[in-house]
Amino acid sequence: MSFLNVFKRDSNRRTALYSGHVVSDSARCVQCGICSYNCPIEIDVRAFVWRDEAIINSECLTCGECVTRCPRGVLRFAQTELFERRGE
Amino acid sequence: MRYVIIGAGVAGYAAIEAIRSVDQAGEITMVSDDPHGYYSRPGLAYYLTGELHDKTLYPRNQQDYKKLNFNFLKGRVTRILRLEHALEIDGKSRLIYDKLLIAVGARALPLDAFGVNLEGIVKLDHLTDAKNILKLAKSGSTAVVVGGGITALELTEGLLARGMKVHYLLRGDRYWSNVLDEGESKMVEGRLQAEGVELHYHAQVKEIIGKKNRIAGIRLESGQTIKCDMLAYAIGIRPRLELVQNIDLKLDRGILVNEHLQTNDPDIFAAGDVAQVFDPLSGRAVLDSLWNPARDQGNVAGMNMAGRKTAYLKSPPFNVTRLAGLTTTIIGTVGRGQDADIVGIARGDSETWRDLPDAIEAQSGFDVNHMRLLIGEKNLIGAIVMGDQKLSWALQKMIAGGADISPIREKLMVPDAPIADLIADFWVTWRKQAAL
Repeated sequence: MSFLNVFKRDSNRRTALYSGHVVSDSARCVQCGICSYNCPIEIDVRAFVWRDEAIINSECLTCGECVTRCPRGVLRFAQTELFERRGE
Repeated sequence: MRYVIIGAGVAGYAAIEAIRSVDQAGEITMVSDDPHGYYSRPGLAYYLTGELHDKTLYPRNQQDYKKLNFNFLKGRVTRILRLEHALEIDGKSRLIYDKLLIAVGARALPLDAFGVNLEGIVKLDHLTDAKNILKLAKSGSTAVVVGGGITALELTEGLLARGMKVHYLLRGDRYWSNVLDEGESKMVEGRLQAEGVELHYHAQVKEIIGKKNRIAGIRLESGQTIKCDMLAYAIGIRPRLELVQNIDLKLDRGILVNEHLQTNDPDIFAAGDVAQVFDPLSGRAVLDSLWNPARDQGNVAGMNMAGRKTAYLKSPPFNVTRLAGLTTTIIGTVGRGQDADIVGIARGDSETWRDLPDAIEAQSGFDVNHMRLLIGEKNLIGAIVMGDQKLSWALQKMIAGGADISPIREKLMVPDAPIADLIADFWVTWRKQAAL
């Protein structure tokens, strides 16, 4: 992978980091805990879902592990409205 | 005020949270004979497949419990003494209540076959059952699964994931016939077969063959025998009513409660799988065995117990599950009639799913992504979405919100209509109007 590609991938990741976060639909959740179990930095994602809140945690890497692993489609990415993305 | 909750499931836990949100001083005691306390019962499916550890099944820790300030009493309630406002625990001690919530859930219906007391015959009611299944799966190589609905498939997939050869017996000619249509049943069955499950249609266990108190095989009504080390069954559940027999509480198939989750005794409430809840919209009292209605009912019961009058509004039943690896959302009313594999109701099931009124069906897709809509005169009555779930959230909101689909109704009913596109476009407009 060229240096430029590595740079681009990192830049994409940073864009996702500041512009997206994980939201939940608590009506689908059965508190099984697969999300919390798979979070690499041990955020208790399930507790946010129980309270029907978005996963707003400054440590969240938006890596998407919880979104992918949830067997019931509880979690998805949403764009944070805090910053408007340029060119859109 | 002394609040007592019998049962450690989600209805009981939600009731404690609700009571505490209103009354910070009252004394709350949860009493249960489940040694594991409050955990995610639906999560047992993923524990069986190995997707999570048993420690992960507990949504709350000791610190959370401390904050809620309640006592957990491990014990079996042997009697409810209504006149004394007391419970008898383990046949000896007494526990006084001012307000009581019964949230003891349901249990698996027993298998009716000769030889059911042998070791190796399992069900999936609670964590103790799941641990027992995993222990047996370690030493066994072949399992037979009997029953229908979600739990039978959870057992099948859990045992497959643990390396067992699985035979799945169906009494009729297809899977979950009163909720899924024929195409959907076949889709699930095809995927099970691709995973290596051997399906047996029109099959019924006549006799369980034992060897030294352990199961060694089964004999079917047809005379065929299958050698196995385990027989797992999920033929339906029944509300646990033994505690409320003969105490003059109104019962039907469950404990009858009004929209405040209150029984005919104003100090006794019931919620979750044990409760048969009056639905003002349909005028009937129905059983659900679903996590979210149980949570909502527990919450409403807790509010009312603490003196804040709250009504339970039953929303269209909704469940998301995985059927043979395929994420499936079932919303509202989608099927009809009886299923030969289930007696009454199964876990993860709702009676409302089968009350199909005069509705017209529209469907799209017949491979991995599949959607079926039940269309009423003006509204959507129900939907099943299998595979891609992008539209299931929209459908859930539109069905619950009673969206008037007149503008697209005719188009939806044209054969081979692009129903996913029609729904997606309609959703964008409806969502704005409904301000969602």
